Formats: sequence, structure tokens, C-alpha cells
Amino acid sequence: MKPTRVTNSIRRLRFENGELTQAELAERIGVTRQTVIAIEQGRYSPSLELAFQIAHVLNVPLDDVFQYPDSEGEAS
Amino acid sequence: MSGLFYIRFIARGRHMSFEEKSAWIMGVLAAGAYAVYLAAVLGLAGSMPLTDVPYVAPLLWTVGSSIVLSIVLHILIRSLSAKGAGMKDQRDREIYRFGEHIGQSFVVIGAVAALIMAMAEVNQFWIANAIYLAFVASAILASVAKIVAYRRGFQTW
Repeated sequence: MKPTRVTNSIRRLRFENGELTQAELAERIGVTRQTVIAIEQGRYSPSLELAFQIAHVLNVPLDDVFQYPDSEGEAS
Repeated sequence: MSGLFYIRFIARGRHMSFEEKSAWIMGVLAAGAYAVYLAAVLGLAGSMPLTDVPYVAPLLWTVGSSIVLSIVLHILIRSLSAKGAGMKDQRDREIYRFGEHIGQSFVVIGAVAALIMAMAEVNQFWIANAIYLAFVASAILASVAKIVAYRRGFQTW
């Protein structure tokens, strides 16, 4: 499976949102905790709708949560 | 049963979802049931030609037993898991579809092989066994694909 170039800041943003646990985030966006772990670790790219739900729960715009590099090794 | 202890050992070592455990169960059961079937058929083959072996009863018993065992094990892991652990989310559904799509190839190969064997009027023992092997290979391949997707990652973008 080709690894994704999408990175995310979910772990940092969870702690900035009152130390939101993976289980709490999972419950609020309607997925399992294993899926939140997989997204955080870059092992799963969520759908656009799920990505927006995560951003809403973390109270930030989508591109504060997910980043995509403009070119090799450079995050936008 | 040792395979099931292995599943439990792996599940304890990392946070395995209900659906990943389910994929392990289906793969291990498919392989285990087929091994039992082969042992039964090859055991009987010692006293008669392979195509004369009464394969229908072992086939039906192993398939039936694996279905019953799979239902029992799913109920068991659901009851032993935390509340809500049986929930299937977007990632689970995508990985399930991905695994089934991969496994489907063996069903097609088995069907084509059986069709060719039927047209060539090959003994029905071989036709039935080709189809059974294709189903087993399909189940194992689907389970392996799902487990790899759970453990190594699964990207939809």
C-alpha cells in the first residue's frame, strides 16, 4: 500500500483542546478508537466528511488538522 | 484452537478492532477447516483411489462446522470486548470491501477452472474440490488483505 503524503496534527490539537482523548474524539465523530489511532499515525486517510468532522471537534480549519506537502518533504 | 490463542495474543499486544479480530477468525477457520478436510479425504484415500473417496460428507461437515464455529467465536469476542467494540465504522467498511474484492479473484479462478473441468468431463471429485479450494483460497486471501490493511495502513485518497 502506497503511504500517504498527508500529515496531520491531531495529536497536538487534541492536547490543545483540553487533553481530548482518542476515545472521546472517536465517540464525537462516530468512529472506533482504532480508527482515530490509525488516522493519527497516518495509516488511514479519512473521507473528506470525516476530516471536516475532526476539524470541527478540534475547533480549527481543515488545513490546520491535515497538511499536504507542495513538493517532496515540504509541508504546505 | 492454537490459532485462536495466537489471535488473542496479538489482540492483547496492540489495539485490535473487532473487525480485525473477525478477519483473523475467518482466515484461521478457513485454513483450519480445509486442513481437517484434506486430512480426512487423504486418510480415506489410502484404501481406495482418490476419486472414489466419499468426499461429500467431510466437505459438508467441515464447511458447516466452520460456519457454526465462526458464529460462536464472533459472539464470544463481542461479549469479551468493551461496550460498543462491535461497531463498524467507515474504515472497517472500506477495508472489508477491499479485502472481499481481493479475495473475489480466487472465486472467479475456481469457477473458470470448474467450468473447464466440467466441459472436459473430468471426474466430479476434482470439480467439487477445485471449487472448494477456490472458496478457501478466496477466504484466506481476503482475510490476509484485510489484516495487512489494518496493520500496515489503508489509504483512500
